[in-house]
Amino acid sequence: MNKTKYMNPYLAGFLLGLVLLAAIYITGRGLGASGAVKSVVVQTVETVAPAHTGNFKFYKEYGEDHPGNPLMNWLIFEMAGVVIGAFISGLISNRLKFTLEHAPGTSAKVRIVGALAGGAFFGFGAEFGRGCTSGAALSGMAVMSTGGIITMIAIFGGAYAFAYFFRKLWLSYKGEY
Amino acid sequence: MGPLVPDVIGSQLNFIVALIIGIGFGFVLEQAGFSTSKKLVGLFYGYDFTVLRVFFTAGVTAMIGVIALAHFGLLDVKLIYINPTFLWSAIVGGLIMGLGFVVGGFCPGTSVCAAAIGKIDGMIFVVGSFLGILVFAEGYPMFEGLYKAASWGNVQMFETIGISQSLFAFLLIFMAVAAFWATTMIENRVNHKSGKGFHVSKLYLGLTGLAIIVGLTAFVLPDKRENMLHDLSNNNFIASYKIERMDADELAFRLIDNDKDLQIIDLRSRKDYDSLALPNSTHFQLDNLFDKDAGKLLSVKNKENVFIANDELTAKKGAVLAAELGFSNIQVLKGGFDQFRKDILEFAMPTGTIIRKDVDTFRFRSSASNLIPVLIKENKLKHASGEKKQVKRVLGGC
Repeated sequence: MNKTKYMNPYLAGFLLGLVLLAAIYITGRGLGASGAVKSVVVQTVETVAPAHTGNFKFYKEYGEDHPGNPLMNWLIFEMAGVVIGAFISGLISNRLKFTLEHAPGTSAKVRIVGALAGGAFFGFGAEFGRGCTSGAALSGMAVMSTGGIITMIAIFGGAYAFAYFFRKLWLSYKGEY
Repeated sequence: MGPLVPDVIGSQLNFIVALIIGIGFGFVLEQAGFSTSKKLVGLFYGYDFTVLRVFFTAGVTAMIGVIALAHFGLLDVKLIYINPTFLWSAIVGGLIMGLGFVVGGFCPGTSVCAAAIGKIDGMIFVVGSFLGILVFAEGYPMFEGLYKAASWGNVQMFETIGISQSLFAFLLIFMAVAAFWATTMIENRVNHKSGKGFHVSKLYLGLTGLAIIVGLTAFVLPDKRENMLHDLSNNNFIASYKIERMDADELAFRLIDNDKDLQIIDLRSRKDYDSLALPNSTHFQLDNLFDKDAGKLLSVKNKENVFIANDELTAKKGAVLAAELGFSNIQVLKGGFDQFRKDILEFAMPTGTIIRKDVDTFRFRSSASNLIPVLIKENKLKHASGEKKQVKRVLGGC
Protein backbone atom coordinates (compact mmCIF):
# COMPACT_ATOMS: atom_id res chain seq x y z
CA MET A 1 0.00 0.00 0.00
CA ASN A 2 1.48 3.30 -1.05
CA LYS A 3 0.14 5.69 1.54
CA THR A 4 1.44 9.19 1.87
CA LYS A 5 2.66 9.88 5.32
CA TYR A 6 1.31 12.83 7.19
CA MET A 7 3.03 14.74 9.91
CA ASN A 8 2.58 13.69 13.51
CA PRO A 9 -0.64 15.49 14.48
CA TYR A 10 0.75 16.83 17.73
CA LEU A 11 3.80 18.22 16.01
CA ALA A 12 1.60 19.71 13.29
CA GLY A 13 -0.62 21.21 15.95
CA PHE A 14 2.35 22.67 17.77
CA LEU A 15 3.65 24.24 14.57
CA LEU A 16 0.21 25.53 13.67
CA GLY A 17 0.00 27.02 17.16
CA LEU A 18 3.30 28.81 16.58
CA VAL A 19 2.08 30.19 13.26
CA LEU A 20 -1.05 31.44 14.97
CA LEU A 21 0.95 32.91 17.83
CA ALA A 22 3.24 34.66 15.37
CA ALA A 23 0.19 36.11 13.64
CA ILE A 24 -1.18 37.42 16.93
CA TYR A 25 2.15 38.77 18.14
CA ILE A 26 3.08 40.49 14.91
CA THR A 27 -0.26 41.67 13.61
CA GLY A 28 -2.53 41.53 16.65
CA ARG A 29 -4.98 39.28 14.87
CA GLY A 30 -5.35 35.57 14.35
CA LEU A 31 -5.73 33.49 11.24
CA GLY A 32 -8.74 33.42 8.99
CA ALA A 33 -10.12 31.91 5.85
CA SER A 34 -13.78 32.67 5.15
CA GLY A 35 -13.09 36.40 5.43
CA ALA A 36 -10.96 36.18 2.32
CA VAL A 37 -13.86 34.62 0.43
CA LYS A 38 -16.07 37.40 1.75
CA SER A 39 -13.70 40.00 0.29
CA VAL A 40 -13.93 38.24 -3.04
CA VAL A 41 -17.73 38.24 -2.82
CA VAL A 42 -17.79 41.97 -2.08
CA GLN A 43 -15.34 42.69 -4.89
CA THR A 44 -17.32 40.57 -7.32
CA VAL A 45 -20.60 42.25 -6.51
CA GLU A 46 -18.92 45.65 -6.73
CA THR A 47 -17.63 44.79 -10.17
CA VAL A 48 -20.78 43.17 -11.50
CA ALA A 49 -23.31 45.54 -9.99
CA PRO A 50 -21.64 48.63 -8.57
CA ALA A 51 -24.89 50.45 -7.86
CA HIS A 52 -26.11 47.51 -5.87
CA THR A 53 -23.37 47.63 -3.24
CA GLY A 54 -24.11 51.23 -2.40
CA ASN A 55 -27.70 50.44 -1.60
CA PHE A 56 -27.33 47.25 0.31
CA LYS A 57 -26.60 47.43 3.97
CA PHE A 58 -24.22 44.49 4.10
CA TYR A 59 -21.83 46.00 1.59
CA LYS A 60 -22.17 49.39 3.21
CA GLU A 61 -21.22 48.04 6.63
CA TYR A 62 -18.39 46.07 5.07
CA GLY A 63 -17.13 49.20 3.38
CA GLU A 64 -17.21 51.10 6.65
CA ASP A 65 -15.17 48.41 8.38
CA HIS A 66 -12.80 47.85 5.48
CA PRO A 67 -12.07 51.05 3.62
CA GLY A 68 -10.36 50.75 0.29
CA ASN A 69 -10.24 47.94 -2.19
CA PRO A 70 -11.79 44.76 -0.76
CA LEU A 71 -8.99 42.71 -2.26
CA MET A 72 -6.30 44.75 -0.51
CA ASN A 73 -7.11 42.81 2.57
CA TRP A 74 -4.90 41.02 5.06
CA LEU A 75 -6.83 37.78 4.71
CA ILE A 76 -6.55 37.80 0.93
CA PHE A 77 -2.77 37.90 1.22
CA GLU A 78 -2.85 35.31 3.94
CA MET A 79 -4.99 32.97 1.85
CA ALA A 80 -2.71 33.49 -1.14
CA GLY A 81 0.02 32.30 1.20
CA VAL A 82 -2.09 29.30 2.18
CA VAL A 83 -2.38 28.29 -1.47
CA ILE A 84 1.39 28.58 -1.89
CA GLY A 85 2.16 26.82 1.38
CA ALA A 86 -0.22 23.95 0.72
CA PHE A 87 1.12 23.62 -2.81
CA ILE A 88 4.71 23.42 -1.55
CA SER A 89 3.68 20.87 1.02
CA GLY A 90 1.88 18.81 -1.62
CA LEU A 91 4.91 19.05 -3.87
CA ILE A 92 7.30 17.89 -1.17
CA SER A 93 5.08 15.05 -0.06
CA ASN A 94 4.17 14.05 -3.57
CA ARG A 95 0.47 14.69 -3.23
CA LEU A 96 -0.13 17.05 -6.17
CA LYS A 97 -2.81 15.51 -8.30
CA PHE A 98 -5.94 16.63 -10.09
CA THR A 99 -8.60 14.46 -8.63
CA LEU A 100 -12.11 14.51 -7.35
CA GLU A 101 -11.85 12.68 -4.10
CA HIS A 102 -14.89 10.80 -2.92
CA ALA A 103 -15.52 7.89 -0.60
CA PRO A 104 -15.60 4.48 -2.28
CA GLY A 105 -19.28 4.13 -1.44
CA THR A 106 -20.40 7.41 -3.02
CA SER A 107 -20.50 8.59 -6.58
CA ALA A 108 -18.60 11.57 -7.96
CA LYS A 109 -21.90 13.32 -8.60
CA VAL A 110 -22.97 13.04 -4.99
CA ARG A 111 -19.59 14.34 -3.90
CA ILE A 112 -19.88 17.39 -6.16
CA VAL A 113 -23.31 18.27 -4.85
CA GLY A 114 -22.17 17.64 -1.28
CA ALA A 115 -19.08 19.80 -1.62
CA LEU A 116 -21.05 22.64 -3.19
CA ALA A 117 -23.85 22.50 -0.61
CA GLY A 118 -21.44 22.00 2.27
CA GLY A 119 -19.38 24.94 1.15
CA ALA A 120 -22.50 27.07 0.90
CA PHE A 121 -23.61 26.12 4.40
CA PHE A 122 -20.16 26.75 5.77
CA GLY A 123 -19.81 30.12 4.09
CA PHE A 124 -23.28 31.15 5.20
CA GLY A 125 -22.70 29.96 8.75
CA ALA A 126 -19.31 31.64 8.92
CA GLU A 127 -21.01 35.00 8.43
CA PHE A 128 -23.18 34.43 11.48
CA GLY A 129 -20.26 32.99 13.38
CA ARG A 130 -18.09 35.99 12.45
CA GLY A 131 -15.45 33.59 11.30
CA CYS A 132 -14.97 29.97 10.44
CA THR A 133 -12.94 27.19 11.98
CA SER A 134 -9.77 29.27 11.66
CA GLY A 135 -10.98 32.79 12.33
CA ALA A 136 -13.55 32.13 15.02
CA ALA A 137 -12.83 28.72 16.53
CA LEU A 138 -9.04 28.39 16.45
CA SER A 139 -8.04 32.03 16.74
CA GLY A 140 -10.87 32.59 19.20
CA MET A 141 -9.57 29.80 21.39
CA ALA A 142 -6.06 31.24 21.35
CA VAL A 143 -7.29 34.54 22.75
CA MET A 144 -9.91 32.81 24.90
CA SER A 145 -12.73 34.76 23.28
CA THR A 146 -16.13 33.73 24.58
CA GLY A 147 -17.73 34.08 21.17
CA GLY A 148 -14.95 32.13 19.46
CA ILE A 149 -15.17 29.27 21.90
CA ILE A 150 -18.98 29.15 21.69
CA THR A 151 -18.71 29.07 17.90
CA MET A 152 -16.12 26.30 18.14
CA ILE A 153 -18.37 24.20 20.36
CA ALA A 154 -21.30 24.84 18.03
CA ILE A 155 -19.33 23.87 14.92
CA PHE A 156 -18.11 20.57 16.30
CA GLY A 157 -21.32 19.93 18.23
CA GLY A 158 -23.34 20.65 15.12
CA ALA A 159 -21.16 18.41 13.01
CA TYR A 160 -21.60 15.53 15.45
CA ALA A 161 -25.33 16.16 15.62
CA PHE A 162 -25.72 16.07 11.85
CA ALA A 163 -23.09 13.39 11.22
CA TYR A 164 -25.53 10.53 11.55
CA PHE A 165 -27.71 11.81 8.71
CA PHE A 166 -24.85 12.02 6.27
CA ARG A 167 -23.00 8.88 7.30
CA LYS A 168 -23.57 7.31 3.90
CA LEU A 169 -21.34 9.98 2.37
CA TRP A 170 -18.35 9.03 4.42
CA LEU A 171 -18.56 5.75 6.26
CA SER A 172 -17.15 3.73 3.38
CA TYR A 173 -13.82 5.50 4.07
CA LYS A 174 -13.59 3.53 7.28
CA GLY A 175 -12.50 0.45 5.41
CA GLU A 176 -9.30 2.21 4.43
CA TYR A 177 -8.18 2.50 8.01
CA MET B 1 5.90 45.32 22.71
CA GLY B 2 3.52 43.40 20.48
CA PRO B 3 1.50 43.62 18.40
CA LEU B 4 4.14 44.97 16.03
CA VAL B 5 1.51 46.31 13.62
CA PRO B 6 1.06 49.21 13.02
CA ASP B 7 4.05 50.83 14.80
CA VAL B 8 6.94 48.56 13.92
CA ILE B 9 5.44 47.04 10.82
CA GLY B 10 3.55 49.30 8.42
CA SER B 11 0.44 48.34 6.55
CA GLN B 12 2.28 47.51 3.33
CA LEU B 13 4.77 45.24 5.04
CA ASN B 14 1.86 43.72 6.91
CA PHE B 15 0.63 42.23 3.63
CA ILE B 16 3.97 40.50 3.18
CA VAL B 17 3.69 39.23 6.73
CA ALA B 18 0.20 37.96 5.88
CA LEU B 19 1.59 36.10 2.90
CA ILE B 20 4.37 34.48 4.92
CA ILE B 21 2.05 33.53 7.76
CA GLY B 22 -0.35 32.13 5.18
CA ILE B 23 2.41 30.00 3.69
CA GLY B 24 3.14 28.56 7.13
CA PHE B 25 -0.56 28.05 7.75
CA GLY B 26 -1.17 26.28 4.44
CA PHE B 27 1.98 24.19 4.70
CA VAL B 28 1.15 22.89 8.17
CA LEU B 29 -2.50 22.20 7.31
CA GLU B 30 -1.49 20.21 4.26
CA GLN B 31 1.27 18.34 6.09
CA ALA B 32 -1.21 17.44 8.82
CA GLY B 33 -3.47 15.85 6.23
CA PHE B 34 -6.17 18.50 6.23
CA SER B 35 -6.29 18.55 2.46
CA THR B 36 -8.45 15.47 2.35
CA SER B 37 -12.03 15.09 3.52
CA LYS B 38 -11.33 11.52 4.44
CA LYS B 39 -9.21 12.69 7.34
CA LEU B 40 -11.32 15.68 8.25
CA VAL B 41 -14.66 13.98 8.65
CA GLY B 42 -13.04 11.01 10.38
CA LEU B 43 -13.45 13.12 13.49
CA PHE B 44 -17.22 12.87 13.28
CA TYR B 45 -17.35 9.14 12.57
CA GLY B 46 -14.73 8.11 15.07
CA TYR B 47 -12.19 6.57 12.73
CA ASP B 48 -9.65 9.40 12.61
CA PHE B 49 -9.23 12.08 15.25
CA THR B 50 -6.32 13.87 13.62
CA VAL B 51 -8.31 17.10 13.34
CA LEU B 52 -8.99 17.17 17.06
CA ARG B 53 -5.34 16.54 17.89
CA VAL B 54 -4.00 19.19 15.56
CA PHE B 55 -6.71 21.68 16.41
CA PHE B 56 -6.46 21.42 20.18
CA THR B 57 -2.68 21.29 20.22
CA ALA B 58 -2.56 24.42 18.08
CA GLY B 59 -5.16 26.25 20.13
CA VAL B 60 -3.52 25.39 23.43
CA THR B 61 -0.03 26.23 22.15
CA ALA B 62 -1.12 29.63 20.89
CA MET B 63 -3.13 30.31 24.03
CA ILE B 64 -0.19 29.53 26.32
CA GLY B 65 1.96 31.70 24.09
CA VAL B 66 -0.45 34.63 24.29
CA ILE B 67 -0.73 34.34 28.06
CA ALA B 68 3.03 34.05 28.48
CA LEU B 69 3.82 36.97 26.16
CA ALA B 70 1.27 39.14 27.94
CA HIS B 71 2.60 38.03 31.29
CA PHE B 72 6.12 39.07 30.49
CA GLY B 73 4.93 42.38 29.13
CA LEU B 74 5.74 41.56 25.50
CA LEU B 75 2.20 41.69 24.15
CA ASP B 76 -0.52 44.23 24.89
CA VAL B 77 -3.65 42.10 25.07
CA LYS B 78 -5.79 45.23 25.00
CA LEU B 79 -4.76 45.79 21.41
CA ILE B 80 -5.17 42.33 19.95
CA TYR B 81 -8.34 41.20 18.27
CA ILE B 82 -10.64 39.37 20.64
CA ASN B 83 -13.50 37.97 18.60
CA PRO B 84 -16.63 39.79 19.75
CA THR B 85 -19.38 37.72 21.26
CA PHE B 86 -22.86 37.75 19.81
CA LEU B 87 -24.38 34.79 21.57
CA TRP B 88 -27.13 33.62 19.24
CA SER B 89 -25.33 34.43 16.07
CA ALA B 90 -22.33 32.43 17.30
CA ILE B 91 -24.45 29.39 18.12
CA VAL B 92 -26.59 29.44 14.98
CA GLY B 93 -23.59 30.14 12.77
CA GLY B 94 -21.61 27.35 14.40
CA LEU B 95 -24.39 24.82 13.94
CA ILE B 96 -24.79 25.72 10.27
CA MET B 97 -21.03 25.42 9.83
CA GLY B 98 -21.18 22.01 11.52
CA LEU B 99 -23.78 20.98 8.98
CA GLY B 100 -21.56 22.28 6.21
CA PHE B 101 -18.67 20.30 7.63
CA VAL B 102 -20.37 16.89 7.44
CA VAL B 103 -22.04 17.64 4.12
CA GLY B 104 -19.03 19.14 2.38
CA GLY B 105 -16.18 17.43 4.20
CA PHE B 106 -14.11 20.61 4.51
CA CYS B 107 -13.99 23.92 6.26
CA PRO B 108 -12.99 27.04 4.31
CA GLY B 109 -9.28 26.96 5.19
CA THR B 110 -8.87 23.28 4.51
CA SER B 111 -10.85 23.44 1.27
CA VAL B 112 -8.38 26.01 -0.05
CA CYS B 113 -5.50 23.69 0.93
CA ALA B 114 -7.19 20.83 -0.86
CA ALA B 115 -7.81 22.97 -3.92
CA ALA B 116 -4.16 24.02 -3.91
CA ILE B 117 -2.98 20.45 -4.34
CA GLY B 118 -5.49 19.75 -7.09
CA LYS B 119 -8.53 18.38 -5.26
CA ILE B 120 -11.55 19.23 -7.36
CA ASP B 121 -13.90 18.66 -4.43
CA GLY B 122 -11.94 21.30 -2.54
CA MET B 123 -12.37 23.76 -5.38
CA ILE B 124 -16.10 23.08 -5.51
CA PHE B 125 -16.32 23.66 -1.76
CA VAL B 126 -14.65 27.05 -2.21
CA VAL B 127 -17.21 27.94 -4.86
CA GLY B 128 -19.93 26.80 -2.48
CA SER B 129 -18.65 29.02 0.31
CA PHE B 130 -18.62 31.93 -2.11
CA LEU B 131 -22.29 31.30 -2.84
CA GLY B 132 -23.13 30.90 0.84
CA ILE B 133 -21.58 34.24 1.70
CA LEU B 134 -23.31 35.85 -1.26
CA VAL B 135 -26.67 34.57 0.01
CA PHE B 136 -25.92 36.03 3.42
CA ALA B 137 -24.85 39.35 1.93
CA GLU B 138 -27.94 39.65 -0.25
CA GLY B 139 -30.31 38.59 2.48
CA TYR B 140 -28.51 40.58 5.17
CA PRO B 141 -31.47 42.79 6.17
CA MET B 142 -33.31 39.58 6.98
CA PHE B 143 -30.48 38.16 9.10
CA GLU B 144 -29.32 41.37 10.72
CA GLY B 145 -31.52 41.04 13.80
CA LEU B 146 -30.10 37.66 14.72
CA TYR B 147 -26.62 38.69 13.61
CA LYS B 148 -26.47 41.56 16.07
CA ALA B 149 -28.51 40.14 18.94
CA ALA B 150 -27.08 39.54 22.42
CA SER B 151 -23.90 41.53 21.93
CA TRP B 152 -21.55 40.91 24.82
CA GLY B 153 -18.55 42.78 23.48
CA ASN B 154 -15.00 41.47 23.31
CA VAL B 155 -15.33 39.26 26.35
CA GLN B 156 -13.08 36.38 27.21
CA MET B 157 -14.35 33.02 28.37
CA PHE B 158 -12.84 33.12 31.84
CA GLU B 159 -14.61 36.43 32.50
CA THR B 160 -17.88 35.03 31.25
CA ILE B 161 -17.78 32.01 33.54
CA GLY B 162 -16.14 33.99 36.33
CA ILE B 163 -12.90 32.13 36.97
CA SER B 164 -9.30 33.26 36.77
CA GLN B 165 -7.46 33.18 33.50
CA SER B 166 -4.90 30.68 34.79
CA LEU B 167 -7.56 28.28 36.02
CA PHE B 168 -9.36 28.48 32.71
CA ALA B 169 -6.18 27.84 30.78
CA PHE B 170 -5.38 24.84 32.95
CA LEU B 171 -8.88 23.43 32.51
CA LEU B 172 -8.60 23.80 28.76
CA ILE B 173 -5.21 22.09 28.65
CA PHE B 174 -6.52 19.32 30.87
CA MET B 175 -9.55 18.87 28.61
CA ALA B 176 -7.33 18.73 25.56
CA VAL B 177 -5.09 16.03 27.01
CA ALA B 178 -8.10 14.06 28.23
CA ALA B 179 -9.59 14.33 24.75
CA PHE B 180 -6.34 13.10 23.16
CA TRP B 181 -6.38 10.08 25.39
CA ALA B 182 -10.08 9.28 25.03
CA THR B 183 -10.20 9.71 21.28
CA THR B 184 -7.25 7.39 20.78
CA MET B 185 -9.19 4.70 22.62
CA ILE B 186 -12.28 5.36 20.50
CA GLU B 187 -10.24 5.39 17.32
CA ASN B 188 -8.71 2.01 18.10
CA ARG B 189 -12.06 0.51 18.89
CA VAL B 190 -13.71 1.85 15.74
CA ASN B 191 -10.84 0.69 13.57
CA HIS B 192 -10.58 -2.63 15.38
CA LYS B 193 -7.01 -2.11 16.31
CA SER B 194 -5.85 -3.42 19.59
CA GLY B 195 -3.04 -2.81 21.94
CA LYS B 196 -1.42 0.39 20.88
CA GLY B 197 -3.26 2.75 23.21
CA PHE B 198 -2.36 6.37 23.68
CA HIS B 199 1.12 6.46 22.37
CA VAL B 200 3.25 9.40 23.44
CA SER B 201 6.32 10.02 21.38
CA LYS B 202 9.49 11.48 22.85
CA LEU B 203 9.13 14.54 20.68
CA TYR B 204 5.67 15.23 21.92
CA LEU B 205 6.74 14.62 25.47
CA GLY B 206 9.51 17.14 25.01
CA LEU B 207 7.16 19.73 23.59
CA THR B 208 4.69 19.16 26.38
CA GLY B 209 7.50 19.59 28.89
CA LEU B 210 8.49 22.86 27.29
CA ALA B 211 4.90 24.07 27.27
CA ILE B 212 4.49 23.14 30.92
CA ILE B 213 7.65 25.00 31.90
CA VAL B 214 6.57 28.13 30.01
CA GLY B 215 3.07 27.73 31.39
CA LEU B 216 4.26 27.29 34.96
CA THR B 217 6.50 30.33 34.87
CA ALA B 218 3.59 32.33 33.54
CA PHE B 219 1.06 30.94 35.97
CA VAL B 220 3.03 30.51 39.14
CA LEU B 221 5.21 33.59 39.12
CA PRO B 222 2.95 36.43 40.07
CA ASP B 223 2.10 38.73 37.26
CA LYS B 224 4.57 41.59 36.88
CA ARG B 225 1.68 43.97 36.70
CA GLU B 226 -0.02 42.72 39.86
CA ASN B 227 3.27 42.71 41.66
CA MET B 228 3.88 46.33 40.84
CA LEU B 229 0.37 47.43 41.64
CA HIS B 230 0.75 45.68 44.97
CA ASP B 231 3.96 47.59 45.68
CA LEU B 232 2.19 50.83 44.84
CA SER B 233 -0.41 50.27 47.50
CA ASN B 234 2.36 50.33 50.10
CA ASN B 235 2.62 53.97 51.14
CA ASN B 236 5.97 53.50 52.88
CA PHE B 237 7.41 52.16 49.67
CA ILE B 238 6.10 55.15 47.79
CA ALA B 239 7.30 57.61 50.41
CA SER B 240 10.83 56.24 50.43
CA TYR B 241 11.08 56.14 46.64
CA LYS B 242 13.18 58.98 45.30
CA ILE B 243 11.52 60.92 42.52
CA GLU B 244 12.44 64.41 41.53
CA ARG B 245 9.79 66.97 42.39
CA MET B 246 8.83 69.96 40.34
CA ASP B 247 7.11 72.78 42.16
CA ALA B 248 4.06 74.58 40.94
CA ASP B 249 6.02 77.72 40.03
CA GLU B 250 8.41 75.85 37.79
CA LEU B 251 5.59 74.02 36.07
CA ALA B 252 3.76 77.31 35.56
CA PHE B 253 6.90 78.95 34.21
CA ARG B 254 7.54 76.18 31.76
CA LEU B 255 3.96 76.15 30.59
CA ILE B 256 4.12 79.87 29.89
CA ASP B 257 7.49 79.34 28.27
CA ASN B 258 5.84 76.75 26.01
CA ASP B 259 8.59 74.28 26.87
CA LYS B 260 8.37 71.50 24.28
CA ASP B 261 10.50 69.16 26.36
CA LEU B 262 7.84 68.95 28.99
CA GLN B 263 5.28 66.17 28.93
CA ILE B 264 2.57 66.15 31.53
CA ILE B 265 1.05 62.84 32.52
CA ASP B 266 -2.28 63.63 34.08
CA LEU B 267 -3.60 60.97 36.41
CA ARG B 268 -6.69 62.82 37.59
CA SER B 269 -10.12 61.51 36.74
CA ARG B 270 -11.31 61.68 33.18
CA LYS B 271 -13.94 64.20 34.22
CA ASP B 272 -11.40 66.52 35.82
CA TYR B 273 -9.17 66.20 32.82
CA ASP B 274 -11.93 66.97 30.38
CA SER B 275 -12.93 70.10 32.23
CA LEU B 276 -9.40 71.37 32.70
CA ALA B 277 -6.43 70.00 30.82
CA LEU B 278 -2.99 71.59 30.85
CA PRO B 279 -1.22 72.07 27.54
CA ASN B 280 1.03 69.15 26.56
CA SER B 281 -0.74 66.86 28.94
CA THR B 282 -2.04 63.38 28.36
CA HIS B 283 -4.59 61.67 30.48
CA PHE B 284 -3.86 58.23 31.89
CA GLN B 285 -5.19 56.02 34.59
CA LEU B 286 -2.62 54.29 36.75
CA ASP B 287 -3.51 50.98 35.12
CA ASN B 288 -2.95 52.32 31.62
CA LEU B 289 0.70 52.98 32.29
CA PHE B 290 1.34 49.34 31.41
CA ASP B 291 -0.12 49.80 27.95
CA LYS B 292 1.71 50.25 24.73
CA ASP B 293 0.35 53.78 24.35
CA ALA B 294 1.87 54.98 27.59
CA GLY B 295 5.13 53.26 26.80
CA LYS B 296 5.35 55.08 23.51
CA LEU B 297 4.78 58.46 25.11
CA LEU B 298 7.11 57.95 28.05
CA SER B 299 9.98 56.63 26.03
CA VAL B 300 10.28 59.68 23.79
CA LYS B 301 13.86 60.85 24.14
CA ASN B 302 14.86 64.09 25.88
CA LYS B 303 11.46 64.72 27.34
CA GLU B 304 10.74 65.37 30.94
CA ASN B 305 7.69 63.55 32.16
CA VAL B 306 5.87 65.27 34.96
CA PHE B 307 3.20 63.29 36.72
CA ILE B 308 0.32 65.22 38.14
CA ALA B 309 -2.76 64.21 40.12
CA ASN B 310 -4.96 66.03 42.58
CA ASP B 311 -2.68 65.01 45.42
CA GLU B 312 1.01 64.39 45.28
CA LEU B 313 0.79 60.83 46.57
CA THR B 314 -1.28 59.63 43.62
CA ALA B 315 0.98 61.45 41.22
CA LYS B 316 3.97 59.88 42.87
CA LYS B 317 2.46 56.43 42.54
CA GLY B 318 2.27 56.95 38.81
CA ALA B 319 5.80 58.30 38.75
CA VAL B 320 7.11 55.36 40.75
CA LEU B 321 5.33 52.93 38.47
CA ALA B 322 6.80 54.59 35.40
CA ALA B 323 10.25 54.52 36.98
CA GLU B 324 9.82 50.85 37.87
CA LEU B 325 8.74 50.13 34.32
CA GLY B 326 12.09 51.47 33.23
CA PHE B 327 11.24 54.94 31.98
CA SER B 328 13.53 57.80 32.80
CA ASN B 329 13.21 61.58 33.27
CA ILE B 330 10.33 61.15 35.63
CA GLN B 331 9.20 63.95 37.91
CA VAL B 332 6.23 64.61 40.04
CA LEU B 333 4.35 67.81 40.70
CA LYS B 334 5.05 68.95 44.21
CA GLY B 335 1.88 69.29 46.21
CA GLY B 336 -0.20 67.85 43.41
CA PHE B 337 -2.66 69.69 41.27
CA ASP B 338 -4.41 71.07 44.33
CA GLN B 339 -1.30 73.04 45.20
CA PHE B 340 -0.95 74.19 41.61
CA ARG B 341 -4.51 75.36 41.62
CA LYS B 342 -4.07 77.22 44.89
CA ASP B 343 -0.68 78.77 44.07
CA ILE B 344 -1.15 79.54 40.43
CA LEU B 345 -4.58 79.22 38.92
CA GLU B 346 -6.47 80.75 41.79
CA PHE B 347 -3.66 82.82 43.13
CA ALA B 348 -4.73 85.66 45.35
CA MET B 349 -2.24 88.22 46.51
CA PRO B 350 -1.88 87.76 50.25
CA THR B 351 -2.91 90.71 52.29
CA GLY B 352 -0.62 92.20 54.85
CA THR B 353 3.09 92.61 54.69
CA ILE B 354 5.01 90.54 52.21
CA ILE B 355 8.54 89.45 52.95
CA ARG B 356 10.91 90.82 50.38
CA LYS B 357 12.03 87.44 49.07
CA ASP B 358 8.44 86.55 48.22
CA VAL B 359 7.75 89.65 46.22
CA ASP B 360 9.04 88.26 42.94
CA THR B 361 7.33 84.94 43.46
CA PHE B 362 4.00 86.56 44.07
CA ARG B 363 4.40 88.86 41.14
CA PHE B 364 5.10 85.87 38.94
CA ARG B 365 2.16 83.91 40.31
CA SER B 366 -0.11 86.80 39.80
CA SER B 367 0.73 87.09 36.14
CA ALA B 368 0.74 83.31 35.72
CA SER B 369 -2.77 83.14 37.12
CA ASN B 370 -3.83 85.29 34.20
CA LEU B 371 -1.72 83.65 31.52
CA ILE B 372 -2.20 79.98 32.20
CA PRO B 373 -6.02 79.90 32.02
CA VAL B 374 -5.63 81.43 28.56
CA LEU B 375 -3.22 78.67 27.57
CA ILE B 376 -5.63 76.09 28.92
CA LYS B 377 -8.45 77.57 26.92
CA GLU B 378 -6.37 77.66 23.74
CA ASN B 379 -5.34 74.11 24.33
CA LYS B 380 -8.92 73.07 24.75
CA LEU B 381 -9.94 74.74 21.51
CA LYS B 382 -7.07 73.08 19.71
CA HIS B 383 -8.18 69.66 20.88
CA ALA B 384 -11.92 70.15 20.79
CA SER B 385 -12.00 69.55 17.08
CA GLY B 386 -9.36 66.87 17.33
CA GLU B 387 -9.93 63.19 17.69
CA LYS B 388 -10.60 61.65 21.01
CA LYS B 389 -7.87 59.23 21.85
CA GLN B 390 -9.07 55.72 22.13
CA VAL B 391 -7.45 52.36 22.33
CA LYS B 392 -8.14 50.75 19.04
CA ARG B 393 -8.14 47.05 18.71
CA VAL B 394 -6.81 45.46 15.62
CA LEU B 395 -9.60 44.63 13.23
CA GLY B 396 -9.60 40.95 12.58
CA GLY B 397 -11.68 37.87 12.23
CA CYS B 398 -13.01 36.32 9.13
